Amino acid sequence: MAGFGAIGFATPALLFALLALPVLWWLLRAIPPAPVQRRFPGIALLLGLRERDPESQRTPWWILALRVAALAFLILALSGPVLNPRGTPTGDGPLLVVMDASWASARDWPRRTERVAQALTDARRAGRPVALLRLTDPPPGPVAFRTADHWQERLAGLVPHAMAPGPDHPWLDSLPQAVETLWISDGLAREGRSALLNALQQRGPVRVFEPDAPAVVLLPPRFAEGGVTVAARRTAGATPPADLTLVALGLDPAGTERVLARASLAFAARADSAEGVFTLQPELRNRISRFQIEGMRGAGAVALADDSLRRRSVALLSVREASEALALLSPLHYVRQALAPSADLVEGASIEDLLLAAPDVMILNDQPGLSESEAQALLDWVRAGGLLLRFAGPQLAAGPEGLPAGAPVEDPLLPVTLRAGGRTVGGAMSWGAPRRLAPFREGTPFAGLPAPDEVEVRAQVLAQPGPELAERSIAELADGTPLVTRSLLGEGQIVLFHVTAGADWSSLPLSGLFVRMLERLAVSTRGQLPGEAELADSVWQTEALLDGFGQLRRADDSPAVPGTALGAALIAPEPMADAPAPGLYRGGTQRVALNVGNNRSRLQPANWPDRVIVEAGVERPEQPLAGWLFLLAAVALMADALGTLALAGRLRAAAAVLALAFLPFAPGTAARADTPAQTETRLLEATESVVLAHVPSGDPRIDEIAHAGLRGLSIALYNRSSVEPAPPMLVDPEADELALFPFLYWPVLENSPIPSAEGYARLNRYLRGGGMILFDTRDAERARLTGTTPAGRRLQAIAAGLDIPPLEPVPSDHVLTRTFYLLGDFPGRHADSTVWVEAAAPEAERAEGMPFRNLNDGVTPVVIGGNDWAAAWAIDEAGQPMLPVGRGMTGERQREMAIRFGVNLIMHVLSGNYKSDQVHVPALLERLGQ
Amino acid sequence: MTETATRLRSGAETIAAVLPPLLVAATHLANSALPGAHGRRRAGQGSEFWQFRPAGGSDAASRIDWRRSARGDDHFVRETEWQAARSVALWVDDGAAMDFASTRGAETKAARARLLAMALGLLLLRGGERVGLARADMPPRSGQSQAGVLALALSGRQTGAGAGMEHTQPVLATLPAGGHAVLFSDFLGDLAPVEAALSEAATRNIGGLLVQVLDPAEEVFPFEGRTRFESMSGHLRFETLRAADLRAAYLQRLAARKDALKSLAQHAGWRFTTLHSDSPPASGLMWLWQAIANGPGARRGV
Repeated sequence: MAGFGAIGFATPALLFALLALPVLWWLLRAIPPAPVQRRFPGIALLLGLRERDPESQRTPWWILALRVAALAFLILALSGPVLNPRGTPTGDGPLLVVMDASWASARDWPRRTERVAQALTDARRAGRPVALLRLTDPPPGPVAFRTADHWQERLAGLVPHAMAPGPDHPWLDSLPQAVETLWISDGLAREGRSALLNALQQRGPVRVFEPDAPAVVLLPPRFAEGGVTVAARRTAGATPPADLTLVALGLDPAGTERVLARASLAFAARADSAEGVFTLQPELRNRISRFQIEGMRGAGAVALADDSLRRRSVALLSVREASEALALLSPLHYVRQALAPSADLVEGASIEDLLLAAPDVMILNDQPGLSESEAQALLDWVRAGGLLLRFAGPQLAAGPEGLPAGAPVEDPLLPVTLRAGGRTVGGAMSWGAPRRLAPFREGTPFAGLPAPDEVEVRAQVLAQPGPELAERSIAELADGTPLVTRSLLGEGQIVLFHVTAGADWSSLPLSGLFVRMLERLAVSTRGQLPGEAELADSVWQTEALLDGFGQLRRADDSPAVPGTALGAALIAPEPMADAPAPGLYRGGTQRVALNVGNNRSRLQPANWPDRVIVEAGVERPEQPLAGWLFLLAAVALMADALGTLALAGRLRAAAAVLALAFLPFAPGTAARADTPAQTETRLLEATESVVLAHVPSGDPRIDEIAHAGLRGLSIALYNRSSVEPAPPMLVDPEADELALFPFLYWPVLENSPIPSAEGYARLNRYLRGGGMILFDTRDAERARLTGTTPAGRRLQAIAAGLDIPPLEPVPSDHVLTRTFYLLGDFPGRHADSTVWVEAAAPEAERAEGMPFRNLNDGVTPVVIGGNDWAAAWAIDEAGQPMLPVGRGMTGERQREMAIRFGVNLIMHVLSGNYKSDQVHVPALLERLGQ
Repeated sequence: MTETATRLRSGAETIAAVLPPLLVAATHLANSALPGAHGRRRAGQGSEFWQFRPAGGSDAASRIDWRRSARGDDHFVRETEWQAARSVALWVDDGAAMDFASTRGAETKAARARLLAMALGLLLLRGGERVGLARADMPPRSGQSQAGVLALALSGRQTGAGAGMEHTQPVLATLPAGGHAVLFSDFLGDLAPVEAALSEAATRNIGGLLVQVLDPAEEVFPFEGRTRFESMSGHLRFETLRAADLRAAYLQRLAARKDALKSLAQHAGWRFTTLHSDSPPASGLMWLWQAIANGPGARRGV
C-alpha cells in the first residue's frame, strides 16, 4: 500500500489515469449540448431572427469542470484510498481474546467489541487462529481456536452478563503452550485475577484493553426520612466529578412504562459514592418498578424495586359522632400508631369516600352502624380482594337492640356468629383473673410469634360455638376462646379481633405483639428484606431477570431458587456465576429484588503489573474513502445533468418530473398554490367564469373530498342548467381575494383552523358583498348550533368572528326550495340535520291565496348544516361517485336529491330571489299540483 | 355488393362517431348564447308583425287587414318585418399549423375554431340564416338538416390539395354577393391568400369576420435554451441557441402581424379579433354573435 501522509492507496497505479483528464477536457469542449426539438406554428415569425449574443457553440467551462471533476473523483475512488492506513500488525501464532463481559463492561460494550473487531481484522490479515471467550460464560470444554472470520461473524451476537467472572478458570489447562492474549477488562479488581494473569503470561505476551470510564453501580433503594433514597457507588480512585440523572420508572395508569420521577446523582471529585433522593406521593411510589441512571447502559445502572418500597394503603373509618375524647382514648389511636410508619393511612367518615381511595385494607372499630347499601358495597369490595379488619367494642358486644344476652348475632361482615353480651373477666365485679394468650398454633398466620405474658384480656366478645369456629379462629386465649377469627370471602378476607382496638378491654394494643400480628396479617409491610431465618426454608420463584445491559426479561421458565442461596446472593458483594442472577424473585406474597449492587459492594480498580501493556482507547480505525469519492462523483454527475438541462431550457420540465415524483409525499401542499404569481394566475382564471370554491378544513382528505364534491356539482350544473362553472378551487381566506367567488363551501372539523383577524376582515367583506358560505359540520346531525358536537363547537368558534345575521331553520316556503328544483328537504350524505339560513323578516306575511310569503329581499349569506353534502356530490376522475350514500336505490335517490340541493343553492346564489317573485307563482302552483 | 355496403356502413359509422361530440358541444355552447330575434327593423318578408299602414291604391284587396280596418273608416294593410335570410360562409383553416396545442391534453386551435364555427353556425341556422362552408362543395343552405351536414364537413379533414399544407385558403366563390364570411385561422402563415380573399370579398360586397385563434404559447413564447423549431408539417426548420433572446423580437412581430390583419380587415369593411384556445369558448361566441348581428362592417374597433 503506497501512502501519502494520512491517505494511502490500494492501487496507486490507477492514479496515472488522471493524466488523461486534459484530453477529456479538449474532447468535451467541442461538443455542445443537444438542442430541444419543438414543433411551433409561429415559426414563420421567427425566421431571420438572431440571438443577442451569438454564443460559441461550445460547452460552457463550468459544465466541463463538473464532468472532469466527476471523472477525477471516479479515478481516485477506484484507486482505493484509505484514511489513517495502519502498518501491518505484528505477531503470529494463536491469539486468545479474553473478555470480562461482566455487568461493568456493558456501559461501553461497543468500544470493547470494536477493539475485538480490530484485533480480529488484524488476525485475519495475518491468518492467525483465534479463540474468543467470555469469563462470565466460560466454555465448558477446551478452548477452541478457529479462523478469525468465524469469530467476526459471531462478534455482533456477544453480550455481557449481569454478573461478575468467577475466580476459577478450568479452561486454562486446554490452552496451547504459546499464545498471545488480548484481555478486554472491565477495570475492576477481583479475586483470582492475578492468578489468571500469571497463567496467561507464562504462555505469551498479554495486552489489556481497559476503557478508563469508571464503573457505576446502584444500590437497592431504601426509605429514609419520608423519601426514597437510592445510593450509588463507583470505582474508587482519582475520578473527576460526575453529575448523573437518576430516573424512577414504572407503569402509568394506562399500563405503559414511563419516567415517573427524576433526581440528581452528583459524585464529587474523588468520591466513590453518591445518593439520589426521590420525594414522591405514595400512589406514584407504589408504581415504581425500577430506578436507572439516565443515559447509562448496564445491569449496574439499574436498581429494581420490590415490596420493600411498596406501602399498603389502609383506610380507617372514623367514628361518626364527633367525640371529645382525648387522643389516647381514641379507639383507633393504637392502630394508627402501629401502622403509621409502614403504611399509608386514609381516614374518613364515609365508606364511599374510603372505597374510592382503593385501599388494600379497611379497618372498622366496633359497630359503625352501616346502612344496607354501604354494607353491600363493603361486601363487594371484600369479595374483590379487600381485607376487612374489625375490632370488637361495647356496641358490637351488645348486638342489635332488644336482643337477650347469649342470643346469636349474625352479620355477613363478621367472620363468625357472635353471642350477644360478651363477657368480662378479671374486673372489679367478676371473679376470674384476666386471661392470657395461648401459644399460636401452627398453620395460623401468627405461627412462630411469641405469646408474651404481659398481654392480658379483660373483656372480649364470644363466638357462637359451631363446626367452623375452630377453623376460623386463628388466635385463642389460654382458655380456648377465640381472640382473632378470620373468614375468607371471595378473594378477600374478614378478620375480627375479639377485643377493642383501644387499651380498655386488653393490653394487647400496648404490646409489640400487636404490631407484628398486623404485619403477619399483611396489613402493613416491614420495609426491609426478609431475615435469614425466614429465608431458610423457603423457595423463591424467578419472575424476571436482568440481562447485562440492564433490560428486565421475563424468566418464568427459570428454576426456583432456594432461600439460602438467595439470602447469600443478597449480601454478596457481586453477583457470581453460580449464584442466583440479578432479577425479581417471588415467594408467597412477597417479592424480593436481587440487584447487582448492595451495601457490601466495593468497586476497586484493577491493578496491572508494569510489564502488561494497557490500552485505554481504540486507535483511529482505517477508513476507506472510496465510498465518499464515489458519492462525490455521483453528485458532480447529477449537477452536470441539471446544468445541461438548464442550458437546453429543459430544467423546468425536469423539475416538474421531480415534483411529480415527490407529489405522493406531500398531498396537502401540492394542491395549494403559494407563490404570488400562481395566485394571480388562479385569480385570473376565476374571473373568466363561475368558480365554486372551498375553504381548507385542516384535513387533506376532507379537502380532497370537498374538491371532488364541488367538481361533481360543477358538472351537474353544466349538464342541467345554463351555469357552466370552471373547475373548483381551494381558496384560503387568509391569502386569496374572495370577491371573485360567488360561493364558498366550508367543511368544519373539530380542528379546523380559525381565521386570523385579517381573514375575518376579508370574510366579512365577502359576506357583506353578497357572497355565500355553506358551512358543513359533516357530523350527521345535531348541527343545531347547540355546540353538542366537537365540529359544532368549532363552527361556533369560527362563526364568532363573522358578521352573521339571525338564523332560523329553513322555512318550508324559503326560496331555496324552488330556485331550480322543487325540494322538501336538503339531504347530503346524511339526511336528517336541520339546515339553517338567515331568518326572514318578521313582518313578512302570506298573501291571500298564495302558498308563499312575500319575501323578495336578500340572499342568505350563510347556509349552515351538517349533512356532508360534498361527500354526496363527490365524483372521481372517471365521473363515478367517490363515496357511498345510503343503501341501494334509496341511496341513489338521496344522492340525486343532494345534487338537486346543490343546484338550487348555486341558483339561489347566482339569481338571488328571482324565483321568489310572485310572477312564478302560477307555474309553481301548477307543478305543485294545487 | 355486400362488401361495398359493409365498407360504406363502416365509413359512415366512423364519420358518425366523430359527429356527436362536435355537434353536442356546439349545441351546448350555442344554448348558452340565447340570442334574441334579430329583426331588420324594416317592413318586408317575415312572420313578425311590423306595422299597420294605410292602404294605398296599389295594394291588393287581399292584403287589407279587415280586423283592423273595421275599427275605423280607413283601410289598413298589415305589414310584417323584413326578415331576409343572410348567407354566411364559415371557414376553418384546415392546415397542419392549426393542430397545435402547447400543453399535452389541451384543446388544439383547430378544435376550438371548429367548435366556435359550429356553434355560430347553429345559432345562425336557428335564426333562419343560410349557413355554408367557404368551400366549393358546401354552398349556404338553411334548415336544421344543414347543421348535421356542417358538423360532418367540419369534423372531417379535408383531403386533397390542402392536405399536409401548413395553412389552407378560403374559397368564397360559392357565397352570393352581399353575404358574410367568418374566417377562422391563426393567420401566422403567408398573408397573401388572406389578402386575396379579402380583396375578392370587397369587390363582391361580402362582409365578414377574421377570427385569429391562437394558442397561449404563441402569445408568450415561453421557450428557453438551445431549441430547434419545426413547423407543424415539418417543412420549415429554425434553430437557435438561446430561444429566450428571441422572445422580444417574436412578440414584436406578432403584434405587427395582428396590426396588419386589423388594418386589412378594416380596409375590406371586416372586423378582426384574436381568441385563445385556453379561454372559455362562450365569451368568444358572444363576441362573434354580436359582431354578426350588428353587421360585420360596423366600424367600432375591435
